[in-house]
Amino acid sequence: MTLQIEKRLAAVFCITTALGLAACDNDNDRPPPPPPPPAMASFDVSVTNLTNAQPLSPVAVIAHQDGFAVFAIGAPASAALEELAEGGDNSALLAAADADGAVVTSGSGMAPVGPAGSETVTIELLESDLPDLRVSVSSMLVNTNDAITGANSVTVGDMAVGDSLSVYGTAYDAGTEANTEAAIHIPGPAGGGEGFNAARDDRADQVSMHGGVVSQDDGLATSDLSGQHRFDNPVVRISISRTD
Amino acid sequence: MKTILKVALLVTSLSAMSITNAADFNVKITNLTNGIWYTPFLVAAHPDGTSLFEAGQPASANLQAMAEGGDISGLVADLQGLGATIAENPANGMLPPAMSADVDLNTDGTTNVLLSIVAMLLPTNDAFAGLNSVNIPTEPGTYVFDVPAYDAGTEANDELVTGGGAPGAAGIPGDPGGLTGTGGTGAAAADANMNVHIHRNTLGDTDANAGISDLDSTVHRWLNPVVRVVVTVR
Repeated sequence: MTLQIEKRLAAVFCITTALGLAACDNDNDRPPPPPPPPAMASFDVSVTNLTNAQPLSPVAVIAHQDGFAVFAIGAPASAALEELAEGGDNSALLAAADADGAVVTSGSGMAPVGPAGSETVTIELLESDLPDLRVSVSSMLVNTNDAITGANSVTVGDMAVGDSLSVYGTAYDAGTEANTEAAIHIPGPAGGGEGFNAARDDRADQVSMHGGVVSQDDGLATSDLSGQHRFDNPVVRISISRTD
Repeated sequence: MKTILKVALLVTSLSAMSITNAADFNVKITNLTNGIWYTPFLVAAHPDGTSLFEAGQPASANLQAMAEGGDISGLVADLQGLGATIAENPANGMLPPAMSADVDLNTDGTTNVLLSIVAMLLPTNDAFAGLNSVNIPTEPGTYVFDVPAYDAGTEANDELVTGGGAPGAAGIPGDPGGLTGTGGTGAAAADANMNVHIHRNTLGDTDANAGISDLDSTVHRWLNPVVRVVVTVR
């Protein structure tokens, strides 16, 4: 009887301290040891805007295996990428990525990244997902009709903790909107116009390298962009470090 | 005690570097542009953790002097303070379009593991080609680096050839190619991004006696890369 009470007391003590302690030392009915926490890996993905006057929309960072790509040169942009490329909204792209079996995890920047600015997005994943892991980054140059930049499938799975690397991103044309350079079609501060519109009216419905903006200063009378908005490659530096 | 230990570790790792990263190499620089000349190049091997500039950050006064007027003396003094291995002016003057120059460097006995190369683009206000702190390969072989044009962010790209090359003096110091015009009204006010960034390219115009720019848009434009660097490690 005494023994029973002691056991019960011990059980109660166990429950009340369960939040603070991992295990309770009770010889008679020891709970199974909790499984060890899964080993995690984490990466800081830092994006620096190298342009003169092209703010970048909040960056999308996607960690994935082989079999996922944000876009392919020569193929039409996905509807989700079109929303990013024309309006700077990465939510549909991240939702589509998260629903893709080849995607491990994703993250988003908190705010647009202005010229000379940078933002770091941290992604965490299971160490067991490291083999063949790649990172893709995507963002819109918002003082354009549908220019995007980023990096495609940067191999990071073989990085050790403390390793870092840098890649440079060029500008692509999503091919989903004509490059009118008119304020009504430019969502960034140079235009304040419309972002996403489902109509596809670019010369060809395919992703290509961007030819740059022409601007009013260079003779495109209908352009609301100035020479300040022109850009050359690379437009971003992306630094990736494995922190854990 | 912790600090002392850290210093000791740092010294150990640096001396280890000086042995493992010693390199005897040749640097060949090629002007890839059609109509741009380069002021005398500064080629330097320098220690880990140091750099002449960083994109997204303001230019130093000495970087500004190089980018606006081609004066590398201030950067040379900075590098000497770091114990860098330095080669100045390998082209013995301006490097014309499509021409090359080369120079030997030897970092034996130093901790100079990074390579940087800078020179100003003429005729521009403050454009410079910059190879920024790349690791010097230690395995014998040939290594190619493509170099973009940066804007120092320190001067308005007015594209007016005024002879102004000193920091703070507006305008372009000159055009060694002799293909610029006159009478421009000014192509741009101050840069939107006043930190070091990738150059948006010159604008130019097609009127040699008027227009907004003294540059010729059919001659003085470029697309990156603007310089190719070939490092041959022996």
